[in-house]
Amino acid sequence: MPEFRVSCPVMRPSGERVLLAHGGGGRLMHQLIAGLFLEEFGSPPLAAQHDGALLHLGGQRLAFTTDSYVVRPLEFPGGDIGSLAVYGTVNDLAMCGARPLYLSAGFILEEGLEMETLRRVARSMRGAAARAGVALVTGDTKVVDKGKGDGIFINTAGIGVVEAPTDIGPATVRPGDAVIVSGDLGAHGVAVLSVREGLEFASPVVSDLAPLWEPVAALLGAGIEIHCLRDLTRGGLASALNEIAAAGVGIEIREAAVPVAEAVQGACEILGLDPLYVANEGRFVAFVPQRDAERTLEALRALPVSAAAARIGTVAEGPPGSVTLESRIGGRRVLDLLSGEQLPRIC
Amino acid sequence: MKYLDEYRDPAAVRQLAQSLARLVTRPWTLMEVCGGQTHTFVKSGLEGLLPPAITLVHGPGCPVCVTPVELIDQAVRLAARPEVIFSSFGDMLRVPGSAGSLLEAKAAGADVRMVYSPLDALKLARASPARQVVFFAVGFETTAPANAMAVWQAEREGVPNFSILVAHVLVPPALEAILSSPDRRIDAFLAAGHVCTVMGYEEYEPIARRYRVPIVVTGFEPLDLLEGIYLAIAQLEAGRAGVENQYGRAVRREGNRAAQQRITEVFEVSPRKWRGIGEIPSSGLRLRERYRNFDAEARFGLAAPAVEESGECIAGLVLQGIKKPFECPAFATRCTPETPLGAPMVSSEGACAAYCQYGKRPHA
Repeated sequence: MPEFRVSCPVMRPSGERVLLAHGGGGRLMHQLIAGLFLEEFGSPPLAAQHDGALLHLGGQRLAFTTDSYVVRPLEFPGGDIGSLAVYGTVNDLAMCGARPLYLSAGFILEEGLEMETLRRVARSMRGAAARAGVALVTGDTKVVDKGKGDGIFINTAGIGVVEAPTDIGPATVRPGDAVIVSGDLGAHGVAVLSVREGLEFASPVVSDLAPLWEPVAALLGAGIEIHCLRDLTRGGLASALNEIAAAGVGIEIREAAVPVAEAVQGACEILGLDPLYVANEGRFVAFVPQRDAERTLEALRALPVSAAAARIGTVAEGPPGSVTLESRIGGRRVLDLLSGEQLPRIC
Repeated sequence: MKYLDEYRDPAAVRQLAQSLARLVTRPWTLMEVCGGQTHTFVKSGLEGLLPPAITLVHGPGCPVCVTPVELIDQAVRLAARPEVIFSSFGDMLRVPGSAGSLLEAKAAGADVRMVYSPLDALKLARASPARQVVFFAVGFETTAPANAMAVWQAEREGVPNFSILVAHVLVPPALEAILSSPDRRIDAFLAAGHVCTVMGYEEYEPIARRYRVPIVVTGFEPLDLLEGIYLAIAQLEAGRAGVENQYGRAVRREGNRAAQQRITEVFEVSPRKWRGIGEIPSSGLRLRERYRNFDAEARFGLAAPAVEESGECIAGLVLQGIKKPFECPAFATRCTPETPLGAPMVSSEGACAAYCQYGKRPHA
């Protein structure tokens, strides 16, 4: 028998170059934001690390946010880069408890892009803006050489007026709060991946892309004391919960209570992905006081966009910063941030 | 979901765990061979439901973990060549070689593509006749049939710009290596269900006899694993040592003959170095003479470079089940999924990464 040696090379420290994983919504992205951007730019609204900045201007409370959209393919089941660019930014404002009002749109177009594609995307943005009740009021266009872009990149920024009477954000979350998701998870990520990779499923998965101010307004209208909201985009539910827990609370969720559509679950099983980390574009998590939990579910379930809302857990006295998951079979484990993006397994 | 929910049923799990607790009379140490099983154990929290007398240690069945660093370095160098499109399964991309990973090579300009099947890489080769498409043929017996099929098709169609970088390893020689190690502490094995789907389990029978060790072919869902453990403990408690098949819905004793034929036609058994363990005789596959021109090592004249292996990573001990990941001084401190010192911290099938991701610590 060979002699067993214990050996492994020491990897040189990473971080010399930007990796795709730095944009994946996981730990590497958090490190990049904390270690580079916050260090260079750090302002109090930025340091709050909410979905948007809360600003006080002439007695008005405003929310201000920006996001860039680089999705491939440009069109996918349930949406396209245009509607995504509108709803994504609208939803970041909604998560601040703000009624979205005005958007800017900046386009970076790749030389050679078909004009017809661009027109379809612009039409889609117009329709999305109308549905979300926002006006596109300023914009910019740049064209880069062929091969230097991916068809269309869009940046949108948005302004909204805060209508929530109390502060909404991770700092307001309290032990005992109910943790509620607004619908079934993972459809957007699986829909985009299935088109990108040419995967075909018996029942095609359609993105959950949707504007989310309506359900938030319904909660405010019902007089629910919202402690925190977060849309479940890159990095999915698991990343959002970890970001909120980092403000100093422990969160406990039950895997069996998390709604996932069967087609999404099946796709994730095949690809070796965990739906808790898959991106959504029309889903959010709400933290509300225990006494408001039932009314929150009622208000959400009354709307088509959040008809599958479900209570998935509770804010516990447990160790601050930790998210604990009770598995389907009754085991318990930590639900952590991923390093970068999920990578399909070999076998 | 049908065919999954049945195997994750909490009531059935509880019932079987109780039966197991009544069955076990003394401490036993079991090894689950496959990284996919390790992943389920930790992810489902199953380990916490087992009687304390049962210790599970995690085996070498993580392809990403045991692929030698020299091969990863070769892959990175190949990927950097301008004519090459380097294609690989996803979780191989993040594994550190001595000069970075394939993902880092991609960030530095290499054309690295993630594919879901070697046949997709072959498709890429047909569509890019001016480029050389190399596929990283990694894995155990599970991935071997598809990789063999890609080469077989490429040969039949005469696709000149397709080749594979072979890093195939075989399970039974690794089990024998672990069993003959003086540090052996394994009382029974849960064999990897999907490997046996291809290969069957006849080849495990002499191992069970020679080393007096029960081997239970086991699936990947929580209830599969629990049943596999139950069958193994029942053998141990009764003083038996045979091969049993828990994963009957996918595995037959003779395996998948058509897949085996395809493997044998394209590949032959060869010695292979395992990362963190060392060279094990007859433990890998290489392309047969007839298919040698599809071997990327031969096509690009790659020399095996000597690699400085050192450091505090105890991957070898973890992969043989001698140490638990958290017994490593670097675990979750200097070695994390963002800055892995060794491969088991990279793939979700790696024991160290699974422990880290799901927050497992001593006595946790």
